[in-house]
Amino acid sequence: MQNFQGVGVSPGRIVGPVRRMPKAVTEPPSGERLDPAITAEAAVAGLKTAAQSVHDGLKARADIATGDGKAVLEATALMARDTMLLKQAAKLINAGTSAERAIWEAAASVAEMLHNLGGYMAERATDVLDVRARIVAELRGVPAPGIPSSETPFILVAEDLAPADTATLDPAKVLALVTSGGGPQSHTAIIARSLGLPAVVAAHGVDEVADGSEIYVDGAAGFVAVAPSSEQRAAAAAWAETSATLAGFDGNGTTADGHPVPLLANVGGAKDAVAAAGLGAQGVGLFRTEFCFLERDTEPSVDEQAAAYKAVFDAFPGKKVVLRTLDAGADKPLPFLTDATEPNPALGVRGYRTDLTTPGVLERQLEAIARAASESEADVWVMAPMISTAAEAARFASLCSAAGLKTPGVMVEVPSAALTAAAVLREVGFASLGTNDLTQYAMAADRQLGPLAELNTPWQPAVLRLVQLTVEGSAQEGGNKPVGVCGEAAADPALAVVLAGLGVTTLSMTARSLAAVGTVLKTVTLEQAQELARLALSAPGATEAREWVRAKLPVLEELGL
Amino acid sequence: MPERTATIASRSGLHARPAALFAEAAGEQPVEVTIAMQGDPADEALDAASILSLMTLGAAQGDVVVLRAEGDGAEQALDYLVQVLETDHDAA
Repeated sequence: MQNFQGVGVSPGRIVGPVRRMPKAVTEPPSGERLDPAITAEAAVAGLKTAAQSVHDGLKARADIATGDGKAVLEATALMARDTMLLKQAAKLINAGTSAERAIWEAAASVAEMLHNLGGYMAERATDVLDVRARIVAELRGVPAPGIPSSETPFILVAEDLAPADTATLDPAKVLALVTSGGGPQSHTAIIARSLGLPAVVAAHGVDEVADGSEIYVDGAAGFVAVAPSSEQRAAAAAWAETSATLAGFDGNGTTADGHPVPLLANVGGAKDAVAAAGLGAQGVGLFRTEFCFLERDTEPSVDEQAAAYKAVFDAFPGKKVVLRTLDAGADKPLPFLTDATEPNPALGVRGYRTDLTTPGVLERQLEAIARAASESEADVWVMAPMISTAAEAARFASLCSAAGLKTPGVMVEVPSAALTAAAVLREVGFASLGTNDLTQYAMAADRQLGPLAELNTPWQPAVLRLVQLTVEGSAQEGGNKPVGVCGEAAADPALAVVLAGLGVTTLSMTARSLAAVGTVLKTVTLEQAQELARLALSAPGATEAREWVRAKLPVLEELGL
Repeated sequence: MPERTATIASRSGLHARPAALFAEAAGEQPVEVTIAMQGDPADEALDAASILSLMTLGAAQGDVVVLRAEGDGAEQALDYLVQVLETDHDAA
């Protein structure tokens, strides 16, 4: 029996057969010549047949795909039999190069050309290289790269998954994801969490497990075992039962003693909102409005914005929907708001600050929000991202008031806002803690950098202290103003208990996590949550804080969370 | 040689979905059709049925391109392809 320890990135315990992602296609040796037994004409014809067959395979997949995935597959299919690509390859074959090497080099030069064009074209360069790998696999008679197709459900084992693999990953067929590479922020982890699939990453050596072997995966513990024991089978069976309960959230977030902590959803548009409502979300705690307009070069019109916002409001009639005004900058550039050449974008003109350099956009957005709100039954709250001072909060509140919006608020993600929470809250109606950015700024550690992952966790006692200061600021201000959390932290059931114990009034998260958070929250009283919050705050570091709290919440282990 | 000019209507330019639709349409014609930016020499024109050529052409919304074809059905093919280019495929 063989075991592998990796990093658990999405909880769940499961037993199933392995299907390995075919190995990446290796490069044909440089200078590989055409076999003298084959004429150039025959080699060109063979290449065309292979290209056509790759085209047909991709086209067939495009025909059954939907949405963006369909468009990508259709374009990729056309690349497979592209005349420019095949003509360049034919030229090389006629000069005596082998067909595999010829298509390899021809695609490389096309990909480089696209890459040099930048932007959207540069992204398509990857598609050309994907097509190339498929054609070479076809010429060699080996399985095409990509997720294997199978009649029966399987556990996908790979080195790592690429974003393109999401389009073809069928959650009805894939039981769990296990990779030998990657990390907690890798694409595999993001894909797994969004699909709710158990997943383990960085399990070194796991991609050597033979196809068809039965394995046990524990996505919380990061553990993989070949030839599962009877105990592991029992654990998987128990998870199947708990996951059925965890699949549903009853729409009522409370502690065991009935202290209400409404559980809300983070959404990026109407589609998310409808799905979140279906999963029992008690409202929206973070509507990322910029997600409606990414990849737009120009500002959307007020009409267009109002329609996009109303579509989200309509999913939650009578419920609270908290909008965040356009949060452009750093990792989410919007060309009409941000300057891409800033040397230090995380500390640059982003979030609310873009109103300084591009005045008018915010006022028009507030106008659109007010219009959409007046035409819907949702209880609409509006907050500004990246507020640093009470003066900024006051100005935002006056803009909201001028637009006819009744409930203005601020995101607390800059430490200065947490430290002066009483003054900031005096100007607005509520605050929402954005723990991702708050952590990056408190720890001075770029969210995107793998080597700093250890600093970048909201379990850092310093971050928890900033949460506490914000809650204390609200109490000091005296207006009983709500302080919610809408970062990744709220989706971690153990941390959610700590946040509730710190006095946070609502928790907003990816809708997939509602059931797990709701279930765990119901197992503790408010007093126990407060005790756990004190314990976490007293820890010397993030690792201890997490371990100490988890040790006091045995339900996490029972549920496999 | 018969030729037509067309103004790119799609908001994203001749990229992505509009490029795929146009390349497919050009490939279905009975004649070989070339495409070039207006003002570029005819002998540098690219194969209109090649999605990769279209992408490297980098035509944006409002840019004028020249389509050329020769042989039986060239006129009808060009008329049809001008229509494809002058439709905003991003509007849907």
